Amino acid sequence: MYSKRLPLDERKISRCRKIAAEIGNEVGLLIHKNSTVGIERGILRLLGLNGALKHQGLQYPVANLIVDQLRESKRLNEGALFWVANAILEKNISITDLEKGIAEREINIGKVSSHDIKKTKKFAQDLASKAFQNLKAYRGTRRKTMTQHGDPLREKRPLKYVIVATGNIFEDITQAKSAVNDGADIIAVIRSTAQSLLDYVPHGTTTEGFGGTYATQANFRVMREALDELGSKVKRYIRLTNYCSGLCMGEIAALGSLEGLDCLLNDAMYGILFRDINPRRTLIDQHFSRMICSVSEIWIMTGEDNYMKTTDAVKAGDQVLASQFINEVSALNAGMKPEQMSIGHAMEMDPSYEKVVLMEIARAQMTRQIFPEAPLKYMCATKYKSGDIFTAHALDTVFNLIGSMTNQGVLLLGMPTEAIHTPWMQDRSVALRNINYILNGSLGLSEEFGYNTEGFIAKFSQKVLDDCLKLLERIHKEGFFKAIEKRVFADVSRTINGGKGADGVFEIDHDVYMNPFFKLMGSKI
Amino acid sequence: MAEIDLKQLLPYGDTTQDGAVQLSFTLPIEPSAKAREAATQIVRNWGFFDIRIAHMSSIGIGYAFFVVMARAEKSVDYTKVEAPQLDLQKRDYKEIDKKILQDVKRPIRLVGACTGFDAHTVGLDAILNMKGFDGDIGLERYKGFKVVNMGSQVPTDELIDRAVKENADAILLSKVVSQKDIHIHDMRELIASLKKRGLERRFILVVGGPRITHKLALELGYDAGFTIGSRPSDVANFLYEKMIEKKNAKNKK
Repeated sequence: MYSKRLPLDERKISRCRKIAAEIGNEVGLLIHKNSTVGIERGILRLLGLNGALKHQGLQYPVANLIVDQLRESKRLNEGALFWVANAILEKNISITDLEKGIAEREINIGKVSSHDIKKTKKFAQDLASKAFQNLKAYRGTRRKTMTQHGDPLREKRPLKYVIVATGNIFEDITQAKSAVNDGADIIAVIRSTAQSLLDYVPHGTTTEGFGGTYATQANFRVMREALDELGSKVKRYIRLTNYCSGLCMGEIAALGSLEGLDCLLNDAMYGILFRDINPRRTLIDQHFSRMICSVSEIWIMTGEDNYMKTTDAVKAGDQVLASQFINEVSALNAGMKPEQMSIGHAMEMDPSYEKVVLMEIARAQMTRQIFPEAPLKYMCATKYKSGDIFTAHALDTVFNLIGSMTNQGVLLLGMPTEAIHTPWMQDRSVALRNINYILNGSLGLSEEFGYNTEGFIAKFSQKVLDDCLKLLERIHKEGFFKAIEKRVFADVSRTINGGKGADGVFEIDHDVYMNPFFKLMGSKI
Repeated sequence: MAEIDLKQLLPYGDTTQDGAVQLSFTLPIEPSAKAREAATQIVRNWGFFDIRIAHMSSIGIGYAFFVVMARAEKSVDYTKVEAPQLDLQKRDYKEIDKKILQDVKRPIRLVGACTGFDAHTVGLDAILNMKGFDGDIGLERYKGFKVVNMGSQVPTDELIDRAVKENADAILLSKVVSQKDIHIHDMRELIASLKKRGLERRFILVVGGPRITHKLALELGYDAGFTIGSRPSDVANFLYEKMIEKKNAKNKK
């Protein structure tokens, strides 16, 4: 028998979701009890405190300075919002003057005397509501631009995602323009090496990144302006992507919202496993960043494709799927809708295996069915690419075809020179020519064929689901953090108190602390 | 088959000694008849002849992409080419791991870094990070290696300090940027600093990068050089063999 859908057991899928929800609750307890320096700085960014000051030759963000001052004076566990409100009332100044005073070192927010608590709390609430309204206004503008230029989503084909990574934001713009002209729908500005490990967001436009360009508010803005200008010409809204993993998730989400980012690569699991960021820190940060994304209608993009790079991709299917369920539930807990979840996976199995294309189709179609509303992020082959650019191009062609026939949401284009360097203009152009041919030529292909319900593809996908269920049961039984310690994901072990940024987590003093954004933004935790 | 003249080695397209080459590049000008001529002339300036612009098309705004077929006339005398090659037995990671634990009896301690201004960790990460390269897993995944990856822009002295602190067996230097021969400058600097501190014999020294050859590495005082396309298992194999060699030399003494 042939069917348009793979015969996957719906009860097993629901069971996976149920276990994932319980894992989500384990993380929820942490989020309820604690905040982080990253969240506090994110709140300050939402309030508009986005300046920087010269500090030991560097541009140091005011948001960081405020958090440092509060920490020094042991006020941090009462929250940055509370103490900003307190300073404004006590000094009877505007928020702009407060920022100026702090930047010029005239005001130390940790030392401002206490105002009436009740009045302060009420004022803090008002500040937050205003910031929230602001975000909604930005979102409104974005929506309008999207309608004016025309959203490529209406074309019912996967979106074409390419990266730019010159290190210089202005050179990035040249590269992005060229890519848009050749048909790209999403431009991802690759972030400078190791920025994810900085505990602050650099300031201003930058021209000297390494292996990428610094993610800064000013860089976001100049790229957004360039893409909008081009989008109105090509009559296609161009989405902009950057990175929101690492030690500044909340802040990047806030700045991204203000500057019209459309997608953010946002995945605490990636930070934990591949950047050795403290699990508590990044999972708490992630929740807040996803709340902001939810309101700003920013798609989050998750990094499960990376698991396949470190372990045998044929066997890693269960980990990928388990992590996808966990990512889904943590996004739901932050108030996100499935349409905003660009859940990640990749074509990374060893191309020399017999039936490898069938296995890849099985995975891609299975993921499509399990997350029907998500704009799935499907990543090209990277692991088995070498300096042989011609064979790499062949792999990409197959990738594009699988992406098309399984209706993926976003295709992260492969480059022939993937294993050699960050793409040259011509590499990207050749890759776009390839995908334009495939997407155009195979439009509607999935409507024409069915899957053999007893066939190899069906059986392979069923096994991945079965294995995933077993894995989730094991994770749940061990406890999420214990399981990570025991190398359940990507064969990497991380401990709950280890990793970078652990000292940025602090317990909330629930009597005073307030973060009204939880309620305003519809957090489920 | 036609006789191949190794004294005048040339590329092979479909006829011996035809010197056939295919090139692709982009010029920052719009495609036009003039652009085509410019591409022809530029390729001629590079020393090619019989130039055919097989393809010219627009890329983005203001750029032209070319695919060019041409023939090269400058050959090389292959009988005089010298390139010392690392002669390593091919082993996969499981086998190397087993051998290290069996013969070295502890993990090999390795500290890696990109020194100087070089911020390109792509090569270093390809060898050290778990993910590895082209399906060949990185040394971090081996049980037989204890890896410290210091990342990029590490001052030479800090790299040495760390190697001493970790009681490292080997240092892995990665040099990607080669503008103005900065890679050679930085490679020399490491050797000089080690000498200054009397540590020149302490570590196995391995260097890698796109412009690095084994020959260059040996000339500058390294034990091995790995160029583009080298696999983590190649480096692992070399380090294992070198460890054994050192151990045997010690025993003889």
